[in-house]
Amino acid sequence: MATDIWIILTASLVSTCCAILGCYLILRRMAMIGDAISHAVLPGIVLAFLFTGSRDSVTMLIGAGAVGIFTTFLIEFFNKQAKLQADAAIGVTFTWLFAIGVVLISVFAEQVDLDQDCVLYGELAYVPLDTIQIFSFTNEIPKASVVMFVILLSILLVVRLFGKQLLITSFDPAYASSIGIATTLWHYVLMSMVSATTVASFEAVGAILVVALLIVPAATAYLLTDDFRVMMKLSIALGIFASVLGYYLAYWLDGSIAAAIAIVCGIFFSIALVFSPAHGLVKKHKKIIMH
Amino acid sequence: MANIKLNIPALEIHDLTVAFDRKPVLWNIDLTLPQGKLVGIIGPNGAGKSTLIKSVMGLLPLSSGYVKLFDQDLATVRNKVSYVPQRNSVDWDFPVSVLDVVLMGRYAGLGLFKKIRPADKEMAMDCLRKVGMENFANRQISQLSGGQQQRTFLARSLAQQADVYFMDEPFAGVDAATEKTIIQLLQSMTQQGKTIIVVHHDLHAVTSYFDWLVMLNTRLVAHGATSEIFTRENLQHTYGGKLTLLSDVGELFKREELPNREM
Repeated sequence: MATDIWIILTASLVSTCCAILGCYLILRRMAMIGDAISHAVLPGIVLAFLFTGSRDSVTMLIGAGAVGIFTTFLIEFFNKQAKLQADAAIGVTFTWLFAIGVVLISVFAEQVDLDQDCVLYGELAYVPLDTIQIFSFTNEIPKASVVMFVILLSILLVVRLFGKQLLITSFDPAYASSIGIATTLWHYVLMSMVSATTVASFEAVGAILVVALLIVPAATAYLLTDDFRVMMKLSIALGIFASVLGYYLAYWLDGSIAAAIAIVCGIFFSIALVFSPAHGLVKKHKKIIMH
Repeated sequence: MANIKLNIPALEIHDLTVAFDRKPVLWNIDLTLPQGKLVGIIGPNGAGKSTLIKSVMGLLPLSSGYVKLFDQDLATVRNKVSYVPQRNSVDWDFPVSVLDVVLMGRYAGLGLFKKIRPADKEMAMDCLRKVGMENFANRQISQLSGGQQQRTFLARSLAQQADVYFMDEPFAGVDAATEKTIIQLLQSMTQQGKTIIVVHHDLHAVTSYFDWLVMLNTRLVAHGATSEIFTRENLQHTYGGKLTLLSDVGELFKREELPNREM
């Protein structure tokens, strides 16, 4: 298959995973936790590199995924035990862990095949270069696409089976506990999925831009509908659409693909902000005129 | 599950202490509530009223003591117990419909993997009918008034088909018509043997609403039949030196023509 198809496909897989999780993050008012995890997993990725000496995705997923969970745990700890404000707890935790990652990269520069720019912004254009042959009768396909596909399947399975638990613990955690749903468990299930997605999409879109994919399509969808199911479908559609448009924008500008995708997401958001049927500026303006 | 015998108490609290940051919010509470009563928990702000029912629902760590419902631990009788949180505790801009929220009351009875069935939807609609909200089933919750929000929460709780209900300020910020609907519903439920325990934020209509009272101010001041314990002395102990409130109480006594005991 042509390289551009693989790039668009991988970008779409990343944005679909992010779009689903983003809906829950936004409704739980945890958008910045996604940001924190995406940065804080860096030392996990570097350490997994150092210990195994390979770019083996499974090791990286486990290593960095564990650091991601540790991040949410630390944030909770600072917030609940040390009585630090939630946003300050997030700020302290992820910058500190990210800085450790940056230092690790520069200290072990020879052993670690990681570029600092790549860590921040990712490089979708390199995705088709790192391939794997899964079945003997198939062609080599990009590793990133395979990993993202597996993660997407897992997320879809969890949301399909446990959608009601995730929804009720997002809307009314006290009531959820009162009927015997383990609120903390579902919090960590969600955080695990966010960690895995962030780590897996690291090479493709980097630590900063993955946040755009986690938050912006979901936030755009939130403005456009009052129905959770519609919100999730819209979020996915917007993410995929932005991936396709972003690829061609980057091709046309000869720039970073991930950044172009994030820009398209931002444009979608701005359009929704102005024209949204319920919350849009146009609607508000009309209301004011009518009164 | 075996049927619950009528003579065992709906709620038994023994030696309960709850503290935040080492500051006690509830101190040494010993309390037994019979079944089939409409119980009001009253007391000033910060008296620990909400904390009391949250502790019973296992939502807060207990510093000491234990709670029994129908002589069992909460975990074993959870499907007989329902909790209505304060209306303001959730985000009403959450993108779900009224029916979605009421259906959450059915989640309790469903297993881990099970989906909502048509029977659950019918039951949820029944509950909406009981609170007069059947025409709002598909309305987004962001479009509801305070009274409608409260009735939605109540319908969700009814959908659990529990035997004992803990309600945190169900009358806060609702219109008079809604308050009347709710209290009539609660009274008819107690006639069917349900036990309903309500955190009540003021002294208004206490005697006409509740046949049983818990008077609380960090410590338990009194509990028992309203006619016996709703006295000046107990109110003074509960509300302490809050003079404006006490003069209100005086008004209340005059207006409601309570048996004004000599003290």
